[in-house]
Amino acid sequence: MTPVIHTTGLARTFTTKRGTVEAVRGIDLTVPAGEILGFLGPNGAGKTTTLRMLTTLLAPTGGSATVAGHDLLHDSAGVRRRIGYVAQSGGVDPAVSVREELTTQARLYRLDKADARARAAELAADLDLLDLLDRPCAALSGGQRRRLDIAMGLVHHPDVLFLDEPTTGLDPGSRVDLWHLIRRIRDEWGTTVFLTTHYLDEADALADRLVVVDHGRVVAQGTAHALKTEYAGSPNASLQDAFIAITGRRTPAPSETPIAV
Amino acid sequence: MSTSSTPSTPTIGTARVVPPARPVPSASAALVSDTFLIFGRYLRQTVSAKIGLIFGIIQPLLFLILFGPLLRDVPLGGDGDSWQTLVPGLLVQLGLFSAAFAGFGILIEKQHGVVERMRVTPVSRLALLLGRVLKDIVQMLVQSVVLVVVGVAFGLRAPLLGVLIGFGFVALMTASLASLSYALAMRVDSPQEFAPVVNSVNLPVMLLSGILLPMSLAPGWLDGISRGNPLRYQVQAVRSAFVGDYGGTVGMGVLTALGLVAVSVVLGVRVFRRAGA
Repeated sequence: MTPVIHTTGLARTFTTKRGTVEAVRGIDLTVPAGEILGFLGPNGAGKTTTLRMLTTLLAPTGGSATVAGHDLLHDSAGVRRRIGYVAQSGGVDPAVSVREELTTQARLYRLDKADARARAAELAADLDLLDLLDRPCAALSGGQRRRLDIAMGLVHHPDVLFLDEPTTGLDPGSRVDLWHLIRRIRDEWGTTVFLTTHYLDEADALADRLVVVDHGRVVAQGTAHALKTEYAGSPNASLQDAFIAITGRRTPAPSETPIAV
Repeated sequence: MSTSSTPSTPTIGTARVVPPARPVPSASAALVSDTFLIFGRYLRQTVSAKIGLIFGIIQPLLFLILFGPLLRDVPLGGDGDSWQTLVPGLLVQLGLFSAAFAGFGILIEKQHGVVERMRVTPVSRLALLLGRVLKDIVQMLVQSVVLVVVGVAFGLRAPLLGVLIGFGFVALMTASLASLSYALAMRVDSPQEFAPVVNSVNLPVMLLSGILLPMSLAPGWLDGISRGNPLRYQVQAVRSAFVGDYGGTVGMGVLTALGLVAVSVVLGVRVFRRAGA
């Protein structure tokens, strides 16, 4: 089966006043359809830059990639039609109603008016947002907001959903609810999920496979079980120990500051 | 509810449900529908927020009411009376102080991630700019009508055609100033960076365009500098139109206005298109 994401030497350098910074030196990555992939790395490893490239927000300066069947470098419009992206900050206007944001989002993906309304109602029913449709986004709780953000990324039935630190700032109960939701999205729709997280317990519990990046390259990949066995010496070790062995650092930092262009 | 292109929700455990491929619309059809989608979104926001409608018009209204009467018997060196000189200037000032701050909205949206969320969708990059600019034009025209109506109450008399031409200039000027404002807002990170730039450009541009008093009163050196300011020609053109003279001055205004629109929109689109902006 063709992988949903395939990159070869995907790289990004930034030119700053002090010279050239290699944020991503060359990422080789293959993500099969229907996988939940956890993308980990310490602060400054190139996680965010890679995510921004894969979601067409940042043009790569080297390498090649296919995302959802489209060439990332030459057909970013094609990639955009087939991917969903949920940023850490979400992306809804607090003053706008849930219904309007969902409908507008569907229209941005070129659904006609009737289809967009139907899709908004369908997603709201599915993601437990039905009672909130006519509330402004600002009135939603943290967990509700995250469900809305994810619904926004699903309006067009994407092949792959990119989630940037989806549970940051949520209370433990909402985090677990969100894990269930993410699994359900994959199980019900077969959507591939590419998520970054700085919670190693989350990566352990949620992801089918983990990719660890450091210094702009992939430094380890495999199931949590395999990484623990290989790097921490036992499948019963903590993922934290494996992560320290791989990167020499304690935990993935909460958020990576993207380098300004 | 269910149409051929909206698959119903599958049950748990089904294999991946692939919706039928949606035909990709032609670029121009997509541009038009995307532009109206963006236009509608921001028009609804402006109408429901109300504050934006009041914000830009207060300053020109204050000038009209508190400064206009001072000019009644002052020789201004132009055709027509003082109101026919002042109100066209205030229409341009409205553009400078309202359209030039249009980018403020995008700064707030950037903080909420709205701009990035839209940039990941297939929406036309040009439409992201044009839809917003179109909304600014509508907003500015509403404000212009208010300004002219208040002007008439204070004693302005001008031919209808001339006033309509004046509104046309307001629309063109809004298209250019708002595009530049959005381009700037996309490049800076905070209102603290944005506002000083706009203010430091706006004031000299306003003074050098003869908005309050015509540049015919200026000494040679000042008049010379102001000829490098495209808005000067638009102020002159609107004044000319307000006294019923639709000749060369209006033509020169149209040329400079269109030139400024072309440069500004091209610049704006480039910024919106740039990945990572």
